[in-house]
Amino acid sequence: MKFATKLIATAAASLVSGLALADITIGISLPLTGPASGLGIPMKNQIALWPEKIGGEKIKVIVLDDATDPTNGVKNARRFVTEDKVDVIVGSAATPVGIAMADVALESKTVQLAATPIGLPPGKDAWSFRMPQSNDVMAHAIVQHMKKQGVKTVGFLGYTDAYGEQWLKAFTAAGEKEGIKLVAVERFARADTSVTAQALKLTAANPDAMLVVASGSGAAMPQLGIIERGYKGKFYQTHAAATKDLPRVGGKAVEGTYVVSGPVIAPEQLPDSNPSKKLAMDYMVKYGNAYGKDSHNQFGGHAYDVPVVLEKAVPLALKKAKPGTPEFRAALKDALETMGRTVVAHGTLNWTKDDHWGYTMDTGVIVKVVNGDFQIE
Amino acid sequence: MDATIASILLLDGLTNGAVYALLGLATVLVFTVTRVIFIPQGEFVAYGALTLAILQTGKVPGTVWLLLCMAVVAASMEAVSRWRHHRNPVAALQSAFKVLVLPVLLSMVTVWAAPQMFPLEVQAVLSAAIVTAFGPLVYRVAYQSLEDATPLVLLIVSVGVHFAMTGLGLLFFGAEGFRNPPFLDLRVSLGPLSITGQAMITFACSLALIVLLWLFFERALLGKALRATAVNRLGARLMGISSHSSGQLAFAMAALIGALSGLLIGPSTTVFYDSGFLIGLKGFVAAVVAGLSSYPGAMVGALFVGIVEAFGSFWASAFKEVIVFTMILPILLWRSLQGGHSDEEH
Repeated sequence: MKFATKLIATAAASLVSGLALADITIGISLPLTGPASGLGIPMKNQIALWPEKIGGEKIKVIVLDDATDPTNGVKNARRFVTEDKVDVIVGSAATPVGIAMADVALESKTVQLAATPIGLPPGKDAWSFRMPQSNDVMAHAIVQHMKKQGVKTVGFLGYTDAYGEQWLKAFTAAGEKEGIKLVAVERFARADTSVTAQALKLTAANPDAMLVVASGSGAAMPQLGIIERGYKGKFYQTHAAATKDLPRVGGKAVEGTYVVSGPVIAPEQLPDSNPSKKLAMDYMVKYGNAYGKDSHNQFGGHAYDVPVVLEKAVPLALKKAKPGTPEFRAALKDALETMGRTVVAHGTLNWTKDDHWGYTMDTGVIVKVVNGDFQIE
Repeated sequence: MDATIASILLLDGLTNGAVYALLGLATVLVFTVTRVIFIPQGEFVAYGALTLAILQTGKVPGTVWLLLCMAVVAASMEAVSRWRHHRNPVAALQSAFKVLVLPVLLSMVTVWAAPQMFPLEVQAVLSAAIVTAFGPLVYRVAYQSLEDATPLVLLIVSVGVHFAMTGLGLLFFGAEGFRNPPFLDLRVSLGPLSITGQAMITFACSLALIVLLWLFFERALLGKALRATAVNRLGARLMGISSHSSGQLAFAMAALIGALSGLLIGPSTTVFYDSGFLIGLKGFVAAVVAGLSSYPGAMVGALFVGIVEAFGSFWASAFKEVIVFTMILPILLWRSLQGGHSDEEH
């Protein structure tokens, strides 16, 4: 399966390659199969809607499947830099894979636009930029909302993987500043058949609110498990759960849940003053037209933002060098770091030399599940 | 931890254990009859639950098209092998027709029934039927021509079948999970315990299935034939028991058990296209406890796995799977010290 997808992608890529060397080549590695395929597939959908030209130059896009496997991600990234001589690497959408790919980006001096909030030690992320909001930004939004609601104690139920771990760190730090305490921390895996044991411990601690850290349709089961044990307090979900799959799978039980998300999830409800509203609406309408109404989601939004960012950075880089050269790649990195505030569908980015996260602290939007739909708080 | 928490955990462990028990039984059944370590057992679980979920939305599940494709492949394989043996086109077509007829009928019924939105029970039966039909076809396509290969070769084939089935699951059901409506929306309070209708159905079904399996192997001629094949393949063949049909029957039963397990867990958790693998592996651990040979042993092992899992996730939820799968090491050590003989030949 994986291999077949790769073969097809390679065949398609080799058809277009060779002739037009001056084109801008973008190598994209996404989890199209495996546990994170729910994140990679919407991105691939949006990539199919990308413009043909960026900054007046034709773009050549190569999409490979990394199967949510860091080894494959690194293999894809190596192929991109050695064989395809790409100007930009995009991906992955799975955190462990994105982290592994960052090494190749650093070594080959190629810009990586990761579609996942990868945590890297200082210096390691010199060539890696994140498209999604950092967990710190999102945790900040949740903590502010909790403060307004008078929440003092929180129970944490999250994935056992890097996503859960990073959220735990971000939330603990953000909560401490506002005097919000984690009273119970439990873990689970997406494929688990029940969270009864974890729910027992969490409800016994009886916190004011529960924070569930999970993604997509996997986010409903843990919440239902906690409710089943008689918990009546508030629920918070993270931005990976901000898809319509949460109310679809959770039904009535997830009504009233607060979900933190980027602005793309319910752009029509954003105030007109929000700078991202126009782009987010554009994304929602185009994605909806192509793949069905209301099918827009976080990760499609990240894929939408990639050309938006490049549209601004590429002309700056083109002034210094030609695509396909190391000079161009270095110029592109400089452009991304110096181009200043850039409005994207997911918020306002401001990458600098020292900060490759970029989003301002007020980017996170809290939405509430009302009648199976998201309503901005 | 007090008695209340312990009893709730115990109940949770037993409910999950009941499902693992079914999968453990299926694993033992397939291994004894065909010497295949059937890793894709869990895939039938996901297929069962997701087929029902798609039927619930009034659409034709993708499993139907997969079933048709596999039936065509299996039928042509059957026709070719018959042609090689007899050089008789009529016989070749006849045997191909035999393979095709059931899956085609089933597909036609499903295509007709899907938009009618029948009650949940009818759709559940239909889902189980579709998935059960996969069993013999999987055996025909992947294993039958390798019948006499070593268990190691069969294991490698199993890994391949597992990857193929997971990938096809992603293709047909998509990456997002589904949760089915409960068959019995009921809640009984028993002291501190509250037992859901779904848990009761799980227990009842598992118990009924185990009793039925026991009766089948003890009383029915077909069941005895399967047992004979399990004890000695060559001997059974000399007695006129076809090892092909024994294998296909064993796989059909394994698929049925898998589909039923899927229907049982569907309402209590979100099932993804790849959820079955871990559930199936836990059934496999249960089967290993029983040395891949004893049904009661597999059942006890499964309940044990369920309980360890429940208590493990209470004490150290981050290490739950680690605890469950590490358990297999001391068990293997204990078994090899106790048995002393090689399990290579059965």
